[in-house]
Amino acid sequence: MIPAGVAPLDRPQMAARLARDIPEGWFVNLGVGVPTQVADHIPADREVIIHSENGILGMGPAPAPDAVDPWLVNAGKKAVTLLAGAALFHHADSFAMIRGGHIDLCVLGAFEVASNGDLANWTTSSNDKTPAVGGAMDLAVGAKRIWILMEHVTRDGKARLVERCAYPLTAPGAVTRVYTNLAVLDVIPSGFAVVEMVPGMTLDALQELTAAPLTMAAA
Amino acid sequence: MIDKRFTLAEALRDIKDGAVLMIGGFGAIGQPDFLVNALADQGATDLTVIANNAGWSRETGIPKLLDLGRVRKIVCSFPKNSPAFDDLFRVGKIELEIVPQGTLAERIRAAGAGVPGFYTATGVGTQMAEGKETRMFGGKTYLLEEALHADVALIEAWRGDRWGNLSYRGSGRNFNPVMAMAATCTIAQVHGVVELGEIAPDAVVTPGIFVNRIVSIPAEAKA
Repeated sequence: MIPAGVAPLDRPQMAARLARDIPEGWFVNLGVGVPTQVADHIPADREVIIHSENGILGMGPAPAPDAVDPWLVNAGKKAVTLLAGAALFHHADSFAMIRGGHIDLCVLGAFEVASNGDLANWTTSSNDKTPAVGGAMDLAVGAKRIWILMEHVTRDGKARLVERCAYPLTAPGAVTRVYTNLAVLDVIPSGFAVVEMVPGMTLDALQELTAAPLTMAAA
Repeated sequence: MIDKRFTLAEALRDIKDGAVLMIGGFGAIGQPDFLVNALADQGATDLTVIANNAGWSRETGIPKLLDLGRVRKIVCSFPKNSPAFDDLFRVGKIELEIVPQGTLAERIRAAGAGVPGFYTATGVGTQMAEGKETRMFGGKTYLLEEALHADVALIEAWRGDRWGNLSYRGSGRNFNPVMAMAATCTIAQVHGVVELGEIAPDAVVTPGIFVNRIVSIPAEAKA
């Protein structure tokens, strides 16, 4: 249970917390959903180049409703803009950037992350009614680092940080860091190491909401 | 004189039942719906469709072929958000081969480049690895993926000339340039046919060697 008086981060705050840790100069791919919001929180004076797997580097924010270019969408099929310095390319080149290890960071959502870094984020069953993988498996093995942005537990209060994923894997051993609404955790050889927690949160309370052992990260 | 300009009907006439088709597009941008809708009228059936998605809006493009029962199998990375596909898949009336998006793009590119297969880390340790050959390189495991070839590629470009050179616009490039390379016959719908040289050599993205036929979308079909 979350101790009384502890305020979990909302989604914009989670995105902002993660954005703080992205250094200038990185090429970053943001997954569909909450990870997309990270772009809105990168400080204006920090140059970070956003990659969209449908063939864009240097993607800008959403356009004003009256300035939509019908020829320009992001990987979530939403209208976007291009920054000065942007580049357009085809899908094989775009995935060469991903699979060839040229993307510094990919931020993804997840159903589950295991303490060995295994990631499950593409389907919740082996006979899903419409399975759809998109670019998740390519990103999970190709980007230099995978950071996960997700709520600490499911809507029903079930742990998302686990010892072994129950859902089908997107990639084994892919995740290096997890940002939740309660904490930031590193995935290290011994498992999950807590880097920071929201004010008032205790390690014991966080452990209760996590189905794998937690340690405090070395300062 | 080389002239790859075709009327819509002539361009699609020889697509046969059982054909393997690539269809370009991502998120409704760069989708050759003008060609796909005409193929629905042409009548070819028992098709295999290779595309990133299973389409969106039910009235046009891939969903139209699906609703008419023309598609036997679809090879794609993301068949979600297509009610026409869901209806067939739920009752087992369509075969699905799900392929990670980068593997899909690379399998298509490989076919176009004469590479019969390649090894990739994508999918190792997942369901995608089932039944696939693996090999170690530098202590890491990789999966063997095979090239993906088609009889016909239906693609969309921005401008085209009579030699088949193509330029693209915005994020409309996506799968179109690689699909153009990977089919026996590539048919492009274009938003305007221009004179040779009007697409500057530096601006040609798909050289005409990869393109067999171009069809200009009439103004009334763009509305």
